Amino acid sequence: MANENNRSGLLTGALLAPATAWFLIMLIMPLIVVAIFSFGERSPVGGYVASFTFDQYANLPSRFAAFRNTLTFAPFGTLASLLIAYPLAYFLAVKVSARWKLLLLVLVIVPFWTSLLIRTYAWIFILGGKGIPAMLAFIGIDDVRLINTPFAVMVGIIYGYLPLMVFPIYVSLDKLDKRLLEASSDLGGTPFRSFLQITLPLSMPGMATGCMLVFILLMGEFLIPAFLGGGKIFFVGNALVDLFLQSRNWPFGSAVAIMLVIVMLITVTLYMRLTVGKSTGRDESLM
Amino acid sequence: MAKLLQQFAGMENGVTMNTSAAQGSPDIQFDQASKRYGDVLAVDNMSLSIERGEFFSFLGPSGCGKTTSLRMIAGFEQPSEGDVSIGGVSMLGVPPHQRPVNMVFQHYALFPHMSVAENIGYGLRQRAPRPAASDIDRQVDEALEMVQMTGYGPRRAWELSGGQQQRVALARALINRPTVLLLDEPLAALDRKLRRDMQIELQTLQRDVGITFVLVTHDQEEALSMSDRICIMRDGQVVQSGSPRELYDQPASVYVADFVGKSNFISGKVNTVNGDAITVVNQHGHPFAGVPSGGAAALTVGSDVSVAVRPEVIVLGAHNSSAADMDTDVAVNGRIKNRIFLGEHTEYLVDADGLGDVLVLSPKHVESTRGTFEPGGTVAIGWKNDTALVLEDK
Ligand SMILES: Nc1ncnc2c1ncn2[C@@H]1O[C@H](COP(=O)(O)OP(=O)(O)OP(=O)(O)O)[C@@H](O)[C@H]1O
Ligand SMILES: [Mg+2]
Repeated sequence: MANENNRSGLLTGALLAPATAWFLIMLIMPLIVVAIFSFGERSPVGGYVASFTFDQYANLPSRFAAFRNTLTFAPFGTLASLLIAYPLAYFLAVKVSARWKLLLLVLVIVPFWTSLLIRTYAWIFILGGKGIPAMLAFIGIDDVRLINTPFAVMVGIIYGYLPLMVFPIYVSLDKLDKRLLEASSDLGGTPFRSFLQITLPLSMPGMATGCMLVFILLMGEFLIPAFLGGGKIFFVGNALVDLFLQSRNWPFGSAVAIMLVIVMLITVTLYMRLTVGKSTGRDESLM
Repeated sequence: MAKLLQQFAGMENGVTMNTSAAQGSPDIQFDQASKRYGDVLAVDNMSLSIERGEFFSFLGPSGCGKTTSLRMIAGFEQPSEGDVSIGGVSMLGVPPHQRPVNMVFQHYALFPHMSVAENIGYGLRQRAPRPAASDIDRQVDEALEMVQMTGYGPRRAWELSGGQQQRVALARALINRPTVLLLDEPLAALDRKLRRDMQIELQTLQRDVGITFVLVTHDQEEALSMSDRICIMRDGQVVQSGSPRELYDQPASVYVADFVGKSNFISGKVNTVNGDAITVVNQHGHPFAGVPSGGAAALTVGSDVSVAVRPEVIVLGAHNSSAADMDTDVAVNGRIKNRIFLGEHTEYLVDADGLGDVLVLSPKHVESTRGTFEPGGTVAIGWKNDTALVLEDK
């Protein structure tokens, strides 16, 4: 018996080995390299000189604005995506007939077939002087500035991340047992109360997954603020691009990156505590 | 426990008096109700009434429209034509949450994100004005006690066994004191022994709370043992409704006789009709006599019929026994193909000359006096003409 357990243990180990190796090489190794860099010094020509100093970390407050912006736009962008994605997912999962469902789902994915870069570029024109403001001017509303404002960044975020939010919510709503809603209505629940008491809590896992995906990706976002924020709204991602690619200050860039990882770990842990920790149901685990 | 149930039943009556418009009218009435799903006619022109306090069952094979009928009472489906009324009030356009009925779903449909107590109290929490929390807790405790699940309140629904989930589903429905409880194959997921226990419990419960139970089942034994009245359905139509005894003794057609209990059938054509004495000639030209079934329409000479003989009215005798020897009207020789011992009864399968396989059910006391017959041996079978029912082939 023990022997058998040993053998199945070995087999599990063997099966997990490639994934473990991949994880170590692709994720842990770069992180270690970045961590080592963050304690180094910048050489006069840029790049890295080995050393052990906390100077880079001491310098972090100079990038406070980037962290503040990221930590504002990431949660609010996630929330805005959730608020817009939920009705959309609900509509797709519950209201649309089977015939239209597939077509509409494909329409949600289609934007993913072109790169976010190109799609965000398109928004520069839509929100820019010759886009919506020009149309508004046409009907008499002058001097509306949209591009390079926080509003434009928010629009870009919602546009880019909506499908990532829609899908997990769609899945959890789609697999929701319709008989539970019948039972609720049978027991006297009005449609609205049934939604609040049955549909909403049972689609929590989908919402949690969607929020997690969007939030984590938003924490590393740099394209949208760069294009639609016009250099005024900087995320940590933009700081990293600047430090690694433009000013070639690798050690400081590494310190910023490590700080971002730490902030992310803290927020995600808090978030997990709040969402997953509360639900104990077997069928309520993420997705 | 008994006191509790009385109190439960008492309160229920109070509610019934208030919600029913016309006292003494049937609880549920189908008035030429049909339900169409595209091309499928799931329920076809159903007219039926279910009396107050009755244990009523819909019985029929898969796809015959039982669930659809029940869902029209609950309000999940609206009839395409005709009307369904509850307590004398038409339910056309009334949504499920405004109907005075509650349902126990086939797979219970317990809310997975709520505890057992929260599940049971759900209906009370939907009321306006909402009862006080302490009041809800007390009623939930009473309901748990009624289904013998005291102490299970904090558990999660998926931590319970099938039988326990079934009880919770019952308690969740009954706590609302509905005038009618609808049950869609509530016992189908349970094993045989538990199903038997729950059948008895359901029957007792129904008698104690005194409300109308409408059960859907495809298990004829279940329907026969539990119901006051049964509606047999086929292809969306009501074939016959009546008490279990009526359906068993006076089936309207071969279909009903075959569905309710076991029966042997001899098919042939009506030869003579003389009041209650009918003779039928089978395909080999042999005549058989029988009586018409009370539930069936009048028969005409030449129509295709079957003579139905229940296994328990057939007696066994030694090979070549005459009808007089066996005190019967018919005597046919045969050979025993199979014998199954069923405790109180012994079931024989006899290959009878010119009739094919005939099922015979022989009670224990007969077996012990006359002795059992061995498989492979020859016998004679016989029955009295007035125990043979002549039924139309439908
Ligand atoms: N929502 C629906 N859409 C289309 N057809 C349906 C729908 N519900 C039921 N039907 C059809 O109506 C007929 C009756 O179905 P119903 O569910 O009432 O049968 P049933 O007697 O309950 O059968 P079972 O014993 O298998 O549960 C079937 O032919 C079924 O395919
Ligand atoms: Mg059914």
